[in-house]
Amino acid sequence: MKNLWSLSKRELASYFATPVAYVFIVIFLLLAGFLTFQVGGFYQREQADLVPFFTWHPWLYLFLVPAVTMRLWAEERKTGTIELLMTLPITLPQAILGKFLAAWLFALVALVLTFPIWITVNALGDPDNGAIAAGYFGSFLMAGGFLAIGSATSAITRNQVIAFVLSVVICFAFLLASFPGFTEFFEGWAPEVISEAIGSFSFSTHFDAISKGVLDLRDLVFFGSVIAFFLFLNALILEAKKAE
Amino acid sequence: MTSMIEIRGLAKHFGPLKAVDGVDFEVRQGEVLGFLGPNGAGKSTTMKMVTGFLAPSAGTIRVCGHDVSTEPIAAKECIGYLPEGAPAYPDMTPLSFLHFIGEIRGFFGAEKTRRIEEVVRKVHIESVLHQPIDTLSKGYKRRVGLAQALLHDPAVLIMDEPTDGLDPNQKHEVRALIKNMGRDKAIVLSTHILEEVEAVCTRAIIINRGRLVFDGTPAELDGKAPREVVRNRMDWVFRSLTTSEVTEKPGLAAVGGVA
Repeated sequence: MKNLWSLSKRELASYFATPVAYVFIVIFLLLAGFLTFQVGGFYQREQADLVPFFTWHPWLYLFLVPAVTMRLWAEERKTGTIELLMTLPITLPQAILGKFLAAWLFALVALVLTFPIWITVNALGDPDNGAIAAGYFGSFLMAGGFLAIGSATSAITRNQVIAFVLSVVICFAFLLASFPGFTEFFEGWAPEVISEAIGSFSFSTHFDAISKGVLDLRDLVFFGSVIAFFLFLNALILEAKKAE
Repeated sequence: MTSMIEIRGLAKHFGPLKAVDGVDFEVRQGEVLGFLGPNGAGKSTTMKMVTGFLAPSAGTIRVCGHDVSTEPIAAKECIGYLPEGAPAYPDMTPLSFLHFIGEIRGFFGAEKTRRIEEVVRKVHIESVLHQPIDTLSKGYKRRVGLAQALLHDPAVLIMDEPTDGLDPNQKHEVRALIKNMGRDKAIVLSTHILEEVEAVCTRAIIINRGRLVFDGTPAELDGKAPREVVRNRMDWVFRSLTTSEVTEKPGLAAVGGVA
């Protein structure tokens, strides 16, 4: 436990040691505001809720999360510090979780800093704050899913740009899984079960309900499993590629 | 004089390449072992297996009595390791880096501070403690790596080319440090500089194409050269053991210089 915290602390500090963290947070907040008010029509809707805010989160994460995770393992491999890290008396799960938790905490900081929008909606009307809390929780959980994918892809390569592009592509597939164009591609030849199964892996479907304030256990289990699966994959990739 | 490192039948294959091919040796407390061999002979690979970074294809490694494959944490706890090139997190300062290593090694509060102060003094990095590691010279980087390896006062110290890239003064300092610590630790260091073996090591082994070709004291290594060889006798032996060139040319003149 102490090891985990030491690892996360070091990782988190390294975000703030360079401008990366500040650039990320500022862009996240600007884009979230722009999409909510300009594109989402927050005022025009005349409804006291944060649906136009949460709707954009999957798309924000699509590009911003890979930017946070691309250096996680790629940089360790490039600078050779992975050899140092893996010969310290820590376990592989500790090393992976430590980094993942740091990235997740960082996402939490960015998410918490969107609080002015919550104040705005409460000043203008009388929203269902329970639903908003559920939306924040769901968004945080989904960020975890994206981060786990990004962490695993970052372990594949020493090159951060490749890690970024790969994880955007994989995250994009998970976002699109339920979109008509994507499912139709399978419908022609694959059995219905398969196209439905693929559709059920969609981040958007699982997040849609949560963003409207409906916390369904199945959606929570879904994101939890995505995180667990990709972190496990992360361990396998590291074990196989750390020597290169 | 207990055996701190025990290696039996160690092998590592990368596909068809046999990087390490059946190596046995032991290192006892109080020994400073010079690990020699041409580039690509398997030195670094062996060290990476002993420190638990790479899993062996065959054979066993015991460090402080712990099998590295089955009790990796216990083994890693008693090893201090300076990997090749002394990697360290470039964004961190030596001080925050040592704090991180200290916590992972299980030190907190006053104990951590005391150990960091002690090791900082030992390797002389007081002046660069608050500078990002990225901006340090090669010599300072190497010393930060050394500080990291020494922080928990390990029983076993493994160093991959600890003096590579240092200037003569720094080399001298690091050698004195190693010699000083050699009395109560088991130390393994790889090097390409044969005078270094003479200066600090109590024993030397030479590895070539993944196999051991020499195991003995520096004096024995020196003694293997014919009497005609006057200068760089160890270089001559090294070359005769790791290439076919020398034995084929009995003239010797090209290599060591004849009196």
